[in-house]
Amino acid sequence: MRATVVGFALMALPLVFFGLFFAYPVAAIVGRGLKTDAGWQFGRIGEVLARPDIADVLWFTTWQALASTGLTLLIALPGAYVFARFDFPGKGLLRAVVTVPFVLPTVVVGTAFLALVGRNGLLDQLWGIRLDTTVWAILLAHVFFNYAVVVRTVGGLWAQLDPRQEEAARVLGAGRFAAWRRVTLPALAPAVAAAALMVFLFTFSSFGVVQILGGPSYSTLEVEVYRQTAQLLDLPTAAVLTMVQFAAMGLVLAVHARTVRRRETALRLVDPRRTAHRPHGPMERALLGGVLLTVAVLIVLPLGVLVERSLDAPGGYGLGFYRALEEVGSGTFLVPPLESIGNSLEYALAATAIALVVGGLAAGALTRRAGRFVRGFDALLMLPLGVSAVTVGFGFLITLDEPPLDLRTSWILVPLAQALVGVPFVVRTMLPVLRAVDARLREAAAVLGASPWRAWREVDLPLVWRALLIAAGFAFAVSLGEFGATVFIARPDRPTLPVAVTRLLGRAGEMNYGQAMALSTILMLVCAVSLLVLERLRPDKTSGEF
Amino acid sequence: MSTTKKFAGALLVTALGVTTLGACGGGKDKPAAGASDAPKSKTVTLVSHDSFAVSEPVLKEFEQQSGYTVKVLKSGDAGAALNQEILTKGSPRGDVFFGVDNTLLSRALDNGIFTPYEAKGLGEVKPEFVLDGQHRVTPVDSGDICVNYDKQYFADKKLAPPQTLDDLIKPEYKNLLVTENAATSSPGLGFLLASVGKYGDEGWKDYWSKLKANGVEVVDGWEQAYNERFSGSAGGKKAKGDRPLVVSYASSPPVEVLYGEPQPAEAPTGVSTGTCFRQVEFAGLLKGAKNEAGGKALLDFLLGKKFQEDMPLQMFVNPVVKDAKLPELFTKHGVVIDKPENVAPDTIAKNREQWVKAWSSLVVK
Repeated sequence: MRATVVGFALMALPLVFFGLFFAYPVAAIVGRGLKTDAGWQFGRIGEVLARPDIADVLWFTTWQALASTGLTLLIALPGAYVFARFDFPGKGLLRAVVTVPFVLPTVVVGTAFLALVGRNGLLDQLWGIRLDTTVWAILLAHVFFNYAVVVRTVGGLWAQLDPRQEEAARVLGAGRFAAWRRVTLPALAPAVAAAALMVFLFTFSSFGVVQILGGPSYSTLEVEVYRQTAQLLDLPTAAVLTMVQFAAMGLVLAVHARTVRRRETALRLVDPRRTAHRPHGPMERALLGGVLLTVAVLIVLPLGVLVERSLDAPGGYGLGFYRALEEVGSGTFLVPPLESIGNSLEYALAATAIALVVGGLAAGALTRRAGRFVRGFDALLMLPLGVSAVTVGFGFLITLDEPPLDLRTSWILVPLAQALVGVPFVVRTMLPVLRAVDARLREAAAVLGASPWRAWREVDLPLVWRALLIAAGFAFAVSLGEFGATVFIARPDRPTLPVAVTRLLGRAGEMNYGQAMALSTILMLVCAVSLLVLERLRPDKTSGEF
Repeated sequence: MSTTKKFAGALLVTALGVTTLGACGGGKDKPAAGASDAPKSKTVTLVSHDSFAVSEPVLKEFEQQSGYTVKVLKSGDAGAALNQEILTKGSPRGDVFFGVDNTLLSRALDNGIFTPYEAKGLGEVKPEFVLDGQHRVTPVDSGDICVNYDKQYFADKKLAPPQTLDDLIKPEYKNLLVTENAATSSPGLGFLLASVGKYGDEGWKDYWSKLKANGVEVVDGWEQAYNERFSGSAGGKKAKGDRPLVVSYASSPPVEVLYGEPQPAEAPTGVSTGTCFRQVEFAGLLKGAKNEAGGKALLDFLLGKKFQEDMPLQMFVNPVVKDAKLPELFTKHGVVIDKPENVAPDTIAKNREQWVKAWSSLVVK
């Protein structure tokens, strides 16, 4: 009973946040589409669903998301292991680098990927392989984007699993694989499922990547929702498509809930720094080599193309484009780059703070297993990942328009929208770890006279600190790169880095192109440096107390 | 108290503050909103799309002369920005909206989001741009969507660049053209409309079948077409683009010159003048504007010589006022399109979705 009360109390703020800034706006815009003066038009649902082109789009959206998720897990799980269990020079830097794709605008990623797999791209020149306008380019780009999701979510937990348990199984006679399958895999399952869920939702709502790399013959639900809402203003059709998105997500979330819930158990968590070792033996070295090669080809190489182009100034390699950024003219179109870095950081910090508080409280409440209602809320919090930015943006417009909530033109709407996407990451990263904290530790603390707050601080916090940092890193990167919702919110013009890059790319001329590449490089640096700084943070009082 | 904990505490406090602030209605914005409620408001708000731009000194001068402070809100591309205005009809976010083009004009007028106002200086506007007799919208700029060509390529091949839509389906230009998705890209749609204007409601499909047979490539957006696939642009050269013909704007060659380093003596690209669709952009006073007087003054400013002559180098469009001078960059490297293709705004509104669908199944599927 008390657990329920505490659960509800923790849940209050996330509930208000989710209700005001997601459920209400989205319900309003869907309602606007389906309700006319003549009443509800549910007939439209059947009409839209019966259209063969819509059926095609739905089918393609679903299977490419499933394939992308599978491929990402296949490629990134070994990476998660390597990052969790091996020590090697430059590990922290590399972990930050694999997260960089998150912050890049899709037009920029398109450029980078076309240089790799497109006509006259690297693969074309080496082996005559061209993947643009094929579904492979889309899938690989999705791996590029989501590699970090798996490495961070799964690797975070993996690093804290006690390797002695697997060792014990081997001593008892289990083979290497059997020990892994019987001991480690079940412990990891919730994190793997969480990562798969996020990758699925992300790729299910993929927008720019699909069209830029696949060409106009590929279209996703997200693209259709955008077209119907932003271009054609056909709100009824958009409303039906949004409901289809919800239905599909609901199905996936239900499957996820059924498969995962039974597997979550308290685990023996240890200090990640103690579980990692230098790779020894040919097997481990080969694994490390393979992972590093994958990261180099799939992530570092495309990013490198952007850096190379940013330095390829007229009259030879140099910092010409970077210097030109200093001299941005006196128009309102662009701002000096330093200012857009400042804008980006401010928005991202605000969004990260919101996401951490909202997501952290929600994760705390969900750990307490307080009944069906709370568990249903767990699934609800994931929904913003799979709903179109344009739906949310237009929903804001028609709901947050009256005092006391006239936020339509307020800057705060931008970090709020970004936090909506950040919250699921916070919840999904923290939950497996929080649930793995042995309740008996808390009980022991209580028996010894600690208040619930003190027990949380002394027991939970040290164990979840790492997850908290990973979550913060995610939320930060997501906000730094968020573009969709930001761009639909009418705001006094304070362009963020991704917006500035996109604007530059929208204009002809060598200097614009070069400066877009230079700003992209700066964006990558800002992301990587911020993440590195973030990972250095440790609760100093508790470190070494595991 | 460790710094880390202080940091975490600060984060928590900020987040809570920010969330409550959000929940109770954004105290920060109150003064501005309050001010625009006042009978003699000093702030006038312009709502536009992401491409809107003006020089700082030009805007400052208007602010000093009129006594108004201009607040500019940008949201999304032209279509998204207009649709947001339609959704907020009656309680607009600003006083003036800029950025309705002739492909969207009918939707804007049918939804009745504008109050008629005859801007000062409308008499100076070339009559072909005044498309609404009731002056609910005021024309502000025009631009042409045209095929651009890579001069170097055609010089090397000793081949005359194509000049008309008919030229593009000739065998000597096979596999040379790249265009954008008409369903999602504005130049892509413009090029489709050019063909509709030229060949009519039925003839355009036949034209596109031939264009497809002649190897037209369709990519998603202008960025991919111009910066990746086109061989004549700076970006395309780096990306090793190999299509010497691209659907872009009549102003693209001057822009290539302006942003060349060092500026080339001659534009690397040219315009096929017989392939163009003309876009005209309008502004209007929003119904329910809090500051009508300020909005009217702003519309007058948009038609004023200062803004009209500032526009070309800010947004790369042409002025609509007769005596506005074009910058040297445009007169030297640009071309004047005498006979652009045209389709009436209400015809576009009626057929747009159906044309785009037919185009998609014909060309990209």
